[in-house]
Amino acid sequence: MGREVSESCVDGVVMEMVAAYCGRFYAAKPELAAGRIEAIGFQVGHQLSERYTMERPRFTDHLEAIKFICKDFWSELFKKQIDNLKTNHRGTFVLQDNHFRWLTRVSLDPAVESTDATENDSGSLGDSAAQTTSMLLYFPCGLIRGALTNLGIPCAVSADMSNLPACSFVVRIKT
Amino acid sequence: MPPLTTPKSGDALFASVERVNAELFTLTYGAIVRQLLTDLEEVEEVNKQLDQMGYNIGTRLVDEFLAKSNVSNCADFKETADTIAKTLSYVCPVIAFFTATVAMHHSGTFHALSSANSLGFKMFLGVTATVTNWDAEGTTCSFVLEDNPLVDFVELPDTCQGLQYCNVLSGVIRGALEMVSMKTEVTWVRDMLRGDDAYEMRVKLTKQVPEEYPYKDDD
Repeated sequence: MGREVSESCVDGVVMEMVAAYCGRFYAAKPELAAGRIEAIGFQVGHQLSERYTMERPRFTDHLEAIKFICKDFWSELFKKQIDNLKTNHRGTFVLQDNHFRWLTRVSLDPAVESTDATENDSGSLGDSAAQTTSMLLYFPCGLIRGALTNLGIPCAVSADMSNLPACSFVVRIKT
Repeated sequence: MPPLTTPKSGDALFASVERVNAELFTLTYGAIVRQLLTDLEEVEEVNKQLDQMGYNIGTRLVDEFLAKSNVSNCADFKETADTIAKTLSYVCPVIAFFTATVAMHHSGTFHALSSANSLGFKMFLGVTATVTNWDAEGTTCSFVLEDNPLVDFVELPDTCQGLQYCNVLSGVIRGALEMVSMKTEVTWVRDMLRGDDAYEMRVKLTKQVPEEYPYKDDD
């Protein structure tokens, strides 16, 4: 096992980063903040997948790379694997984590729980907790996209948190 | 009255908390700094934001520290402070940023406080910090880190020479100490990213706010 730090350090840094971008820098422009948070995740995912695949043979197809994300990559980051993987066999994969670590301490107003992280409808009388949570999820979306991009698979990733603390990441591979 | 428990050593504390892969932490912090440099352009502004993020984190970490370290809020201040000071200086020669804080809080001396701080470093970062270089008044000391997970893989390019890469740490100390009524100023004296042989923060106590109870008991 490599070096470790307290989980609170990672939680603190990620939460503060999201708070800084949404609250201080781009308070009026959530879509800009979202883009920056995703970009930070992308950078981290890109570097981590480089490190975690150093001693592996090249993946032969998309499914193999996705399985790597579900198993090895997720285990390194969250000490558990993705619980459920679905695909339509046409380039869309749904990765579901039934107990996503970064959401286990988030509470939401039940009335607005079914917010899709990809929808940032600033017109809705947005509950700020839901908004913050969806902002928080741009980071892991970026992580996955960065990791897959580094493996040669350009894609788009969005998150669905309609039943917390379960969370689904939808990966659409670009052809 | 709760029994007086012995504060845990830094190693025991670190073993007791949830831990994660340090690479995730290091790379995430690095990516944040990079993105801030791109978005804010001014290095000075980046330093300021990193410090602010650290401050906010510190105000929360101190709760966790107090909850888990067994540093008790005991009626017998002197004994508590003595216990902490001893435990820390022998068991954990390095840091306990937080323990120190509490001790100081009780004993009225900044000394004990700083050793708690070094405990905090151990608890959260898994590294030890040494408390040294006390001034004559006992209000200023240095935390020295020889190992620092924040900077694994990091090299500062020439264009970022003014960047205080680890500013989040000084912010954390400032925030955590402020939550236990001590206002401090924290400055970096040595930085390995600039070629020094260690990381050294100078922590100066500027004001100790007496504990106040704005609320009244029911009676």
